[in-house]
Amino acid sequence: MNVPNIRLPKIRIDRLGKSFGADGVPTHAVRDFSLEVDDGEFVCIVGPSGCGKTTVLRIVAGLETPSSGRVEIAAGPAPAAGNSRPRNAMVFQEHGLFPWMTVADNVAYSLEMRGMGRRERHARAQPFLEMIGLDRFRDYYPRKLSGGMRQRVSLARAFVADPEILLMDEPFAALDAQNKLILQDELLRIWEGTRKTVLFITHAIDEAIALGDRIVVMTAQPGRIKEIVPIDFPRPRSAAELRADPRFGALQLSIWRMLEDEVRTARRQAEA
Amino acid sequence: MKQVNRERALTILSPLAVLVLWQAASQVGLIDQRYVPAPSAIAEAGWSISVSGELGRHVIASLRRLAVGFVLGAVPGVLLGIVMGLNRWVRAALDPLVAALYPIPKIAILPLLMLVFGLGDASKAAAVAMSVLFLTIINTAAGVVQLDRIYFDVARNFGTPWHKLFLRVILPGILPTVFSGLRISLGVALVVLVGAEFVAGNSGIGYLIWSSWQTLVVENMFVGIIVVTVLGVLSTFLLREIERRLVPWRQE
Repeated sequence: MNVPNIRLPKIRIDRLGKSFGADGVPTHAVRDFSLEVDDGEFVCIVGPSGCGKTTVLRIVAGLETPSSGRVEIAAGPAPAAGNSRPRNAMVFQEHGLFPWMTVADNVAYSLEMRGMGRRERHARAQPFLEMIGLDRFRDYYPRKLSGGMRQRVSLARAFVADPEILLMDEPFAALDAQNKLILQDELLRIWEGTRKTVLFITHAIDEAIALGDRIVVMTAQPGRIKEIVPIDFPRPRSAAELRADPRFGALQLSIWRMLEDEVRTARRQAEA
Repeated sequence: MKQVNRERALTILSPLAVLVLWQAASQVGLIDQRYVPAPSAIAEAGWSISVSGELGRHVIASLRRLAVGFVLGAVPGVLLGIVMGLNRWVRAALDPLVAALYPIPKIAILPLLMLVFGLGDASKAAAVAMSVLFLTIINTAAGVVQLDRIYFDVARNFGTPWHKLFLRVILPGILPTVFSGLRISLGVALVVLVGAEFVAGNSGIGYLIWSSWQTLVVENMFVGIIVVTVLGVLSTFLLREIERRLVPWRQE
């Protein structure tokens, strides 16, 4: 077996475009968006609201079709027999948990969909429940959990699926500042153990710096890439400690400078 | 704690007080016993038609019609409602029909139903089914439409096959709304059933009330009214129990 030693990107987004609307006046949500994400890389996308960052993520997830361009996800190593891995799993916002399923059933959902028996899938979900510290709450319905706990369940649900890439759509946006910090650290900790390729959407610059290897800054609608900023803080990181680093503040300011004009443009668009 | 007990005592005592007052007023002659008999007389009448088996026969006849009609209305109602909720074309086609047929008082089409189904049980069950059907369709379709789109995204993202989408996502997602529809339907169904039994046949609680009026056996009329009320309370309770079992995540 002679495998050529070329590093292939895990995700290749090639001149992606998405336009909505009818009546001959299309609205371009995303235009000419090209990005390559390496295997095991953690990439954050920041941009003003309505810039189409969620649309990019949904297209990568296969939940929407692009109007132009394409997305390629490189196939991973062949999975063990009878153990199919999904291409991607998405961490949705906290209201994406099924209210009618217990914590354990929510976490094991992807396994149930793959036809795994009840006992086996619960056994497989168990370490993830322990990892997020919600083992005691396995038989609770989501309604009884706090927002932070629910988001943990949502994280575990995606990790249990053991996808080739993880997609996250502002998963911590609804949390208060303290819970956000804790969840960021938890995400980092879980991620260190698997080093999956991650595409993470957020509007919080500090969150993007704390988590990502690179930050993609998007323009206002139609969303294009304005700049890509490498973040070279060593790993493993602590989201809380990182904030004390003087370079953190400098990075935050420089990314804000890139984003500022776009946010103003987005506001004008929204008011128009 | 004490306040709760006092409240509980009051909720039991106040109906008892009404009964005592009623009895007293009848005996003193304040209430004309030809129209409103004393509670003791009603109880006596109730006892005697219970022992003779007459009351049991009527109750069973009514319950059978109610159960058959309820199931015949609710099951297709839920299925149609789901299809309408999921498919905009079906919704566009059926919406005007449902909107036109729903407001018709179902008792108004009883003669038509008797023409088609005869004077027996079938026409009465059909009237019940009709009144349940439309309410169930409307509530079920609303439940599907109101189901948060994010659940469909999650289902798709995790590779949910269609039969699992139905059983694990759509069905549990709409159950709370379906049950609110069923609870309203049950009340309407009882009204329609009693009305239908007034008109035709020789059994059922409605028949008992109506025939007692015609023969001026006022005590039996009151027995009928009380029994049908109890039936309503019990069937609502039963439905709520079923809901508690099937929708356990809804409790606080």
